[in-house]
Amino acid sequence: MPQNEYIERHRKLYGRRLDYEERKRKREAREPHKRAEKARSVRKIKAKLYNKQRRNEKIQMKKKIKAHEEKLTKQKHEKKEEGALPVYLLDRDVQSRAKVLSNMIKQKRKEKAGKWEVPIPKVRTQADAEVFKIVRSGKTKRKAWKRMITKVCFVGENFTRKPPKFERFIRPMALRFNKAHVTHPELKATFYLPIIGVKKNPNSPMYTNLGVITKGTVIEVNISELGLVTQAGKVVWGKYAQVTNNPENDGCINAVLLV
Amino acid sequence: MEVDDDKITTKRILTRFKSDDGEVAGDLLDLPLNVNTEHLSLIVNSLLQQDEGTPYLFYVNETEITKTLADVLPLDTLNTEEVVDIVYQKQAVFQVRPVTRCTSSMPGHAEAVISVKFSPNGRSLASGSGDTTVRFWDVTTQTPLFKCEGHKHWVLCIAWSPDSKQLVSGCKNGVIHAWDSSTGKQIGQPMRGHKQWITALSWEPFHLNHQCRRFASSGKDGAIRIWDVILSQCVRVLTSHTRSVTCIRWGGSGLIYSASQDRTIKVWRASDGVMCRTLEGHAHWVNTLALSTDYLMRVEATSTGGFKYDPANPEESSKHALAKYQAQCPEGEKLVSGSDDFTLFLWNPEKEKKSLARMTGHQQLINCVEFSPDGRIIASASFDKSIKLWDGRIGKFITTLRGHVQAVYMVAWSSDSRLLVSGSADSTLKVWNMKTKKIEQDLPGHGDEVYAVDWAPDGEKVASGGKDKVLRLWQN
Repeated sequence: MPQNEYIERHRKLYGRRLDYEERKRKREAREPHKRAEKARSVRKIKAKLYNKQRRNEKIQMKKKIKAHEEKLTKQKHEKKEEGALPVYLLDRDVQSRAKVLSNMIKQKRKEKAGKWEVPIPKVRTQADAEVFKIVRSGKTKRKAWKRMITKVCFVGENFTRKPPKFERFIRPMALRFNKAHVTHPELKATFYLPIIGVKKNPNSPMYTNLGVITKGTVIEVNISELGLVTQAGKVVWGKYAQVTNNPENDGCINAVLLV
Repeated sequence: MEVDDDKITTKRILTRFKSDDGEVAGDLLDLPLNVNTEHLSLIVNSLLQQDEGTPYLFYVNETEITKTLADVLPLDTLNTEEVVDIVYQKQAVFQVRPVTRCTSSMPGHAEAVISVKFSPNGRSLASGSGDTTVRFWDVTTQTPLFKCEGHKHWVLCIAWSPDSKQLVSGCKNGVIHAWDSSTGKQIGQPMRGHKQWITALSWEPFHLNHQCRRFASSGKDGAIRIWDVILSQCVRVLTSHTRSVTCIRWGGSGLIYSASQDRTIKVWRASDGVMCRTLEGHAHWVNTLALSTDYLMRVEATSTGGFKYDPANPEESSKHALAKYQAQCPEGEKLVSGSDDFTLFLWNPEKEKKSLARMTGHQQLINCVEFSPDGRIIASASFDKSIKLWDGRIGKFITTLRGHVQAVYMVAWSSDSRLLVSGSADSTLKVWNMKTKKIEQDLPGHGDEVYAVDWAPDGEKVASGGKDKVLRLWQN
């Protein structure tokens, strides 16, 4: 171990070498070449380690440069943004609510025509054989008039099953859903909302009646908790949404609100 | 039933008429119990020797007589020997008709309309918007008049000078511009000084200064500045609030009242900038203030409401306004403040720092509070979707007006104090009748939240603006 700061002392007394500055400049100028040489020649684990270290160095460098640049640019006046708010709402975190969505008349008209512009315009047809599983009954299992639905269903609240003798369609409890994750496309927010009903299953009207929910089905959801209002100032509570996933595979229903 | 009716008709009672200031009118009167309000107003009119048309409201023990005297008296425990005091309140002779329809929707703004104000003389209308412009509109033809560009950020608040000649507007960058309402041109230089956005603007009342030069502005930075419009200079800075100042009022006796998020209301003397007193009581941000003399000070430089304004001789008119003002409120002005702690306080800010009353009942923060033009009723709009009415003198709860399905942002009174209009986040305006305390009109039409509502001082029109970028005028 060196005793005392003898190098500094020497420097103070006698100064540096006369060509110190030039040597330093040259050494620094050579540095990138040396580094490149090393990067080219180093192999295997050493290369990995070296590259990782070099990468981190570069990140730090870039960060520093950016910080300096930000310091240099003058802070400008706040730019005007979208979504002006009155003074009394500025200090409150108002969640941005999309425009009042529904023009009731328009929606009614669309409903009559039975056409919506939906996010998923085409759906894969579901064959009966895929949706229904034949349940054989009778003493010798000869009868095959019973069907079990193998897709997710929505069953109304006050539904009671028919006696087994007359129950043609079985909708298993495990595949019954009454809530869906609904995404509002303008808000870019998702809510877990109760389902009111199945409006249309594009595959077949029978599926609609049974409440079968597959990909592309239009369901009606209760959006009263979103707090949307109509132009007349009434709370909107039912709106349509289209299912975007395959609920029977995923175990949950994801849907997009139809605005 | 017939027997019962007879009993009421035959029953008579000694009554005495008193004004709401406590002055007794006429002698004791022996009245039958089934006397109704029309009879009562005939009697009062003849007692006071006035025209027969003057309408009155009557109260016994602070309950209003709606049909007959018998309704408000406790018939079982009534002592017929005693004298019953009937308090009469004079109502405005003129009557504002409720607005019922949208006469024009005026597009133009490219962003949400944040503030809407009628000029005190009711002839023009100004609006400030998020598209950084201030626009003047012609009320009679319902067309745009001027578009004033100058601000660089959202125009948050606007205020008309009492003589309706100038308008000042404050933006989110903290810059204030003054505009000439007859030409739409900018007056002087932009006034810079606030470090953050402007929250409120208030002019010096006309009866204190006939020149209409000075106004006060409050900022998010916690400062209050008094400006001179002609010099475009800051005359005085009042700093003492530790947080954002939310609302400011220039009172009729030369005091400035400021409400702040630091939970206090401060009273300043405008002439020398001394802080007179601090009103404490609120437990959370104070959001809004209203003076019982707000309406008087608004119309002082017009020829409505008993004021006489002569544009050729403003000095004389100002003196007249001062005399009239003092006659109208001899006991000084009252201040009401609404807060984030869901309560309102009633103050007598000129004299004492103690509150007169604390008004509780709202379940959400109070966003807007307004005195009726005659100062008898306070209306408070809250985010709990309701409007509550309170007695303007003692702060007693009167009733709740329910009907909105979302937060109520703003309320405005008609000049005869009989109607109230409210704008809400549910995109509707609603007109409320103060006699029945019920909804009078539901005015749907806006496509989105209504941010600002104003009722013209002459009572003809209501203007509203909101997030749907359209300014709407409503009329009977």
